[in-house]
Amino acid sequence: MSVDTILSFEEAMEKYDPVLGFEVHVELNTKTKMFSSAPNVFGDEPNSNVNEVCLGLPGVLPVVNKKAVESSILIGLALNCKIAEHCTFARKQYFYPDTPKNFQTSQYEDPICYDGWIDIELEDGTVFRVEIERAHMEEDAGKLTHMGGATGRIQGADFSLVDYNRSGVPLVEIVTKPIEGAGSRAPELAKAYVAAIREIVKNLGVSDAKMERGNVRCDANVSLRPYGQEKFGTRTETKNVNSLRAVENAVKFEIQRHAAVLDSGVLITQETRHWHEDTKSTTSGRPKSDADDYRYFPEPDLVPIVTSAAWVEELRATLPEPPAERRKRLQADWGYSDLEFRDVVNAGLMDQIEETVAAGATAAAARKWWMGEIARRAKLADVDPAELGVTPAVVVEIEKLIAAGSINDKLARKVLDGVLEGEGTPAEVVAKRGLAVVSDDGALQTAIDEALAAQPDVADKIRGGKVQAVGAIVGGVMKVTRGQADAARVRELILKTLGVEG
Amino acid sequence: MAAINRDDVAHLAQLAHIEMNDEELDRMATELAVIVDSVKSVSEAAGADVPATSHPIPLTNVMREDVVGHVLTVEEALSGAPDAADGRFKVPAILEES
Amino acid sequence: MSASELIRSSAASMAAKLAAGEVTSVELVQAHLDRIAEVDGGERGVHAFLHVNAEEALAVAADVDARRAAGEELHELAGVPIAIKDLIVTKGQPTTAGSKILEGWMSPYDATVIKKIRAARMPMLGKTNLDEFAMGSSTEHSAYGPTRNPWDLDRIPGGSGGGSAAAVAAFEAPLALGTDTGGSIRQPGAVTGTVGVKPTYGAVSRYGAIAMASSLDQIGPVSRTVLDSALLQEVIGGHDPFDSTSLTDPSTGLADAARIGNVKGMKIGVIKELHGEGFQPGVENRFNESLELLRNAGAEIVEVSCPNFGYALGAYYLIMPSEASSNLAKFDGVRFGSRTLPAEGPLTIERVMGATRAAGFGDEVKRRIILGTYALSAGYYDAYYGSAQKVRTLIQRDFDAAFAQADVLISPTSPVTAFKLGEKLDDPLAMYLNDIATIPANMAGVPGLTLPGGLADEDGLPVGIQFLAPAREDARLYRVGAVLESLLEEQWGGPVLDKAPALASTAAKEAN
Ligand SMILES: [Mg+2]
Ligand SMILES: [Zn+2]
Repeated sequence: MSVDTILSFEEAMEKYDPVLGFEVHVELNTKTKMFSSAPNVFGDEPNSNVNEVCLGLPGVLPVVNKKAVESSILIGLALNCKIAEHCTFARKQYFYPDTPKNFQTSQYEDPICYDGWIDIELEDGTVFRVEIERAHMEEDAGKLTHMGGATGRIQGADFSLVDYNRSGVPLVEIVTKPIEGAGSRAPELAKAYVAAIREIVKNLGVSDAKMERGNVRCDANVSLRPYGQEKFGTRTETKNVNSLRAVENAVKFEIQRHAAVLDSGVLITQETRHWHEDTKSTTSGRPKSDADDYRYFPEPDLVPIVTSAAWVEELRATLPEPPAERRKRLQADWGYSDLEFRDVVNAGLMDQIEETVAAGATAAAARKWWMGEIARRAKLADVDPAELGVTPAVVVEIEKLIAAGSINDKLARKVLDGVLEGEGTPAEVVAKRGLAVVSDDGALQTAIDEALAAQPDVADKIRGGKVQAVGAIVGGVMKVTRGQADAARVRELILKTLGVEG
Repeated sequence: MAAINRDDVAHLAQLAHIEMNDEELDRMATELAVIVDSVKSVSEAAGADVPATSHPIPLTNVMREDVVGHVLTVEEALSGAPDAADGRFKVPAILEES
Repeated sequence: MSASELIRSSAASMAAKLAAGEVTSVELVQAHLDRIAEVDGGERGVHAFLHVNAEEALAVAADVDARRAAGEELHELAGVPIAIKDLIVTKGQPTTAGSKILEGWMSPYDATVIKKIRAARMPMLGKTNLDEFAMGSSTEHSAYGPTRNPWDLDRIPGGSGGGSAAAVAAFEAPLALGTDTGGSIRQPGAVTGTVGVKPTYGAVSRYGAIAMASSLDQIGPVSRTVLDSALLQEVIGGHDPFDSTSLTDPSTGLADAARIGNVKGMKIGVIKELHGEGFQPGVENRFNESLELLRNAGAEIVEVSCPNFGYALGAYYLIMPSEASSNLAKFDGVRFGSRTLPAEGPLTIERVMGATRAAGFGDEVKRRIILGTYALSAGYYDAYYGSAQKVRTLIQRDFDAAFAQADVLISPTSPVTAFKLGEKLDDPLAMYLNDIATIPANMAGVPGLTLPGGLADEDGLPVGIQFLAPAREDARLYRVGAVLESLLEEQWGGPVLDKAPALASTAAKEAN
């Protein structure tokens, strides 16, 4: 795999004006699939959530999931789209083993939602309007696992295994119009846009919106043109950018790569690129042999959807509080300062904190953990904090263990280590690692007696009234108990042993 | 409309994922040319004002409630598969070894 | 009644005998299994069946007999056996669609019509032969060899449902299921002297019928009498939530309509464009005879014109292959069916799919897939598929205008009688012309029925008379069809199949 030359971002920005475009696929969290009544469940045993329809066996026919249609309309309404009065499904035809019918049932000429917009607020408060071209309904493909190669990647694999559990899961594909004028804020805008879509669909309750599970997937289109030129440059479409940081990085990388290519006088090839999280770069995707000709035609096994004004208004009435308003409310509820709240939002941790608070933690504790230890570890691991693997339930449980005096702050960090290493729930980690605070006075007394014996001069000082010298003995005891003692209790016991009033 | 030729057929066979040898491509091109010639009058039959009919009996809003129905067992799902492993369908490599 | 007389009865009279206790279902099923063993196999056998389902059929029959003996209320057709076109998926029996690519495949689910057949407790005798994926008008495109016409074993039984029609004509089954995309129930009915009905599109669920062209396909009954088809359509019809194109308000009272027995005052429209030139003289003669009988029975015969029917065949040969090319994409050797590895070169999924489809599909299927791929491809869509969909509108308008003048329309079902096996195999266009009179109904979704109109003077082979009715008016077909049937049989002194030559036993040859 050849390594692409790239220009520094600053230099790229000096020379070229980026134009962006996004196709975001949102998996709906309906109980059943788009066109079959098989369950829409993540993570089950392979091929256990399929019936003949999502397996595409001979003779089967699709039937539209009404809830999926309604979820699509809700997404459209939240994105200020127009809702088509009449729309149809179409077949997009290409052969691929994850696509059971070798066509995807999608929408083509008449998407259910079109002509919308969404205001994106960047970190510094700048608001950028992104126009939405369309949001259409379609179905997800199955999941391929590539075997036999060294990397688990498609390259070098000997064979692949297919699980069709995901096949037929309802998708809404949200397509933007070309986004011009973002300039050097392009990578930031990209991240903020995807974050906003994720937030909206989660807020609507129509998707679990977990990027790490592929509930929200972004294809990012990037093109560059010289400043002042109206015509767009040739674009590339980067697939597989499945975290907010990756979206930002991929757009940045493609801008830098395009700039280097254009600088060398070569034309950009219109192609699909794949984002690689490990190398933080994109590579050219395999040009699909069918990609030039999907032979779309109206799906003859499905009939048109007609949306009455009454139906749309009924759905509009169920729209939840929009995210921007929700943010204002949460900040007030939690009592965070503007700065604290913005940091939480920027870290993408609002949902986690909301869930953590809902699960029983105080707003302060929730912020302390998510913005502190968890964020710090996420940074080290180079992932979004929300994707580190800590759940709100873990935070609440750790907080409860601290409040009960079972562990202290220092031990809590070790508990977190254990949780992240897959050792189980916080309580299980405490048990397995033996992290509980030593509260057995007998054991402590032995340690105290040994510490006093080791430092007789200090003991004398304390007896003599220099109570502040007790710290040295406490330190000795903590060392012996490997930090697993409650320091206050240790101090109390030392003074009692020496017959001194605290 | 241009007549269909051998290269067209080769491209179509590729799109349709049907391997064809030279003899088949030639024969198919000849046969298709005749068929296409016989159906081409269709393009002149209707004016621009005639709407297309894709469903013979027009229906709208045929939808299903979001209620879980039947599933196949893994064994049933895989029962007709030419090759399977690990509860999944097994397919040859997607990319050619380079 | 002897077994050989028994199997020549209509399904309705078999049902009556079962109800009266004159015969058991086991006896009835066994008589048909014996007939199949007698005439279906061997070099010169009819070869209507691809699979005989003896064990299950007898078990269902025994169950029906036991329930009847216990006084249980049963469906009218309970215990009456039926054959199933092998395009319809069935649990417990292989489904091949007449293709190598599905050889040995067992469906893990039942088609909706099969669920209904099971619910009515009709024993399934087996699966009948067809042109591969129902693509053809002669059953010669079956990967498992052609079916022979019981009237002349050197001739085609029509297609694609030649197996179902021949099985019924050869008394191997009283009833069968067919599918009709452009005439695959009606044209075989015409050339075998049997009855077949393509119901209104959506009147019978398509769920489980392996799709050729989704917007044209329809499952329907095959029988020897009009009433029998009506009874069978009542079993298999009705709304199905598994088929989005299924009607919620299909025609009812079909068997009652077949029993009305008069056509006084009924307006019957003769479609100007569907007789005369291009139609065999013997076909034309029998057609005119039927018109005369209907007129004498009090029907008013009017002439109607459907000027756009001239485009129907061309539009059909764009829409059908387009939809078929898409519907058949799933046959790729990944999830079901056979897989063929490329003879040489790298073993990638793309090449395996290409080799699988190359080896698994026959020539006619490949022709239609390539034609459909062409019609849908970039740059051609508007001229081909788009134009063809417009022609569909024109054909519907022609029907609307015609039905404004007539209650039902009439035409010969097929322009010719059964031709010789192999005669048109190398001439796709000549083969396609067999469906000229049947295709318009599929394009517009209206119902059509064929019944035997007698034998052509020049070759003594059966001629079919087709009736067409407006959408959802299937009952009208049964009403007028039953009347013409009884007028003709009165004239002939019995059913037309009485004139068919006796089939020699092929069973002995098979044993050698
Ligand atoms: Mg896309
Ligand atoms: Zn998509």
